[in-house]
Order: sequence, then structure tokens, then C-alpha cells
Amino acid sequence: METLSLQGSPKTPTVEMNAETGVIEIKGRSIPENSIDFYRPVVDWLDKYSENPANETIVNIQLEYFNTSSSKCILDVFKKLETVYKKNGEKGVVINWYYEEDDEDMLEAGEDYQSILKIPFKMIELEE
Amino acid sequence: MAFDIEEWYKEVNNGDVVLSHYGAITANAITLMLNDIEQGLYDRNEKSKLRKKVYNVMVEALQNLFHHADLPPQNVINKFGEKFATFVLKKEGENNYSFISGNFIRKDRVKFIKDRIDQINHLSPDELKILYKLILNNNEFSDKGGGGLGLVDIAKRTGHEYHYMFHNYTDEFYFFCLKITIST
Repeated sequence: METLSLQGSPKTPTVEMNAETGVIEIKGRSIPENSIDFYRPVVDWLDKYSENPANETIVNIQLEYFNTSSSKCILDVFKKLETVYKKNGEKGVVINWYYEEDDEDMLEAGEDYQSILKIPFKMIELEE
Repeated sequence: MAFDIEEWYKEVNNGDVVLSHYGAITANAITLMLNDIEQGLYDRNEKSKLRKKVYNVMVEALQNLFHHADLPPQNVINKFGEKFATFVLKKEGENNYSFISGNFIRKDRVKFIKDRIDQINHLSPDELKILYKLILNNNEFSDKGGGGLGLVDIAKRTGHEYHYMFHNYTDEFYFFCLKITIST
């Protein structure tokens, strides 16, 4: 399965998804007017990936900003990962949610996702 | 008499203004506006916590204007095109910013918007959080691509009530003025 690489822009994050290593990264700003178009290839890739995932999937989410339109798409991404989690069990998926030390809103956003989903999150504070 | 938008804009567009706008609003213009706002917050040496909060609220508020302002009356379309909005972002005091926006709303949508804002204003922080998660997880997108989450998200982040007015403009249109307070 091919790696999905999307270059970041002022309104969209950098995305790197590698099926061989099982490492998935979304970093930067996610504030497009229409996030469905942006996240469609990401969700499609995960659909295929969930059929035959790596033994361990490591997900690194490090967002500086995201808008509410992206927040629904990010939840869709997590729901696909939930399928992988159900398949591979507890050690199969690790979600690292990064936030800057004074960014309580970003920490809360991670906690909100965690409470909706059945995958454990690791909240990682980044020093400025 | 129709509400005097230019006069209203003159009145609110004063003080320590980070950015103000009166006219057409496009996706590209929003990108440039957000850059200007970010620079304006850096120039005022705001701490990163407030800077991020203001920026985040501005993303939602400007995209809300872009997606949800109604088509304006014909005389406004002739002058500014189909997407018209005004706003002022200003610093009101230590760690305190105000965003005041104005846009046209069709008469038949006034009650819906009013009820929605009143509902949000009455919710406690915990209730806002519950509502936010409920809408986030309801698998629905509006026909405009937004998730219907914008106003709830802003209220949850700011912890302040919305102040608003609907001014009569014509038989069909009202001019909707909204004030958002952002502080840390």
C-alpha cells in the first residue's frame, strides 16, 4: 500500500501515512473552508489500511489550530482508527495527542475526542 | 428608516483596532485577514495563550460569516457582490479583545438564529461541552460544509455570552450585529 503524503499549506496540515511502518502523522494547521475535500483521501487511505494494518499503528497528531469543520473530519479519522484498534487490540493503536504547554483548549480538544472514542490517548505536552 | 450600516460601522471602528473590514468577503480574503490578525497580535506582544484563543475564535467567526451570511439585498449585491460582511477586531483592555461583526439575515431566519444564540447563552460551561460533543459526533454536515459547531465552539472557548442585535433594514432583511468577547 502506498504512503500518503500531503504537503502542508497555511490552511491545511502536513499528512504522512505509512502503511509499512504504521506511522501516521498529521501536523500543522487545519483550517480550510471545506475540510471534507481535504480529508477525503486521508479517510479513504485509512479505509484500505484498516483491512490489513501494521501490527502497531502509531498516530501523532500535532495541531496548532483546527476549525470546527476539521474537527468532524478528524473524528472520522479517529473512527477509522477505532476499527484498527478493535482488530489489533490494546497494543495495536497508540494515539499521541500533542499540545503546547499553555494551550488548554488543545488539551481539552484531545480529551473531548478521547471521551467519544474507545481508543486510549496519550496527551503529550510540548514545551515552547 | 433602514438601519444605517455605514454609521454603525464608523461608530464601532475605533480604538485599538487590529483589523476592520467593510465589503465583500471571500475565502482568499479570509486567509489574508487571518495573516493580518496573527501579525497584529504579535505586534501587540500578546502571550501565546491569548494569541491562540483570539486566532482560533477569528477562524470560526470569519468562516461563519463566509458560510452563513445570507445573500444581501440587491443594492448591496450591486456594490459589493453576493458575500457582504463587516467586522472590527479590537483590543479593549489588558488580555481582552472584542470582535464585532455585521451581516444581512433574511427576515425568515431571524428567529432561528436568535433562538440558537439565546440557547447557547443560557448554557453553563459543562452544558456547552456536552452540546459540543453531541454535535461533533452526530455525523452531519450542513449543506455549506460547516458542522453547525461554530457558535458553540466560540462560546466554549471564550466563556463569554454573545451580545447581538437584529436591526430592521428592509421588509425582507435584517442587519445582524454580533459581539464576541475574548479574554484570558
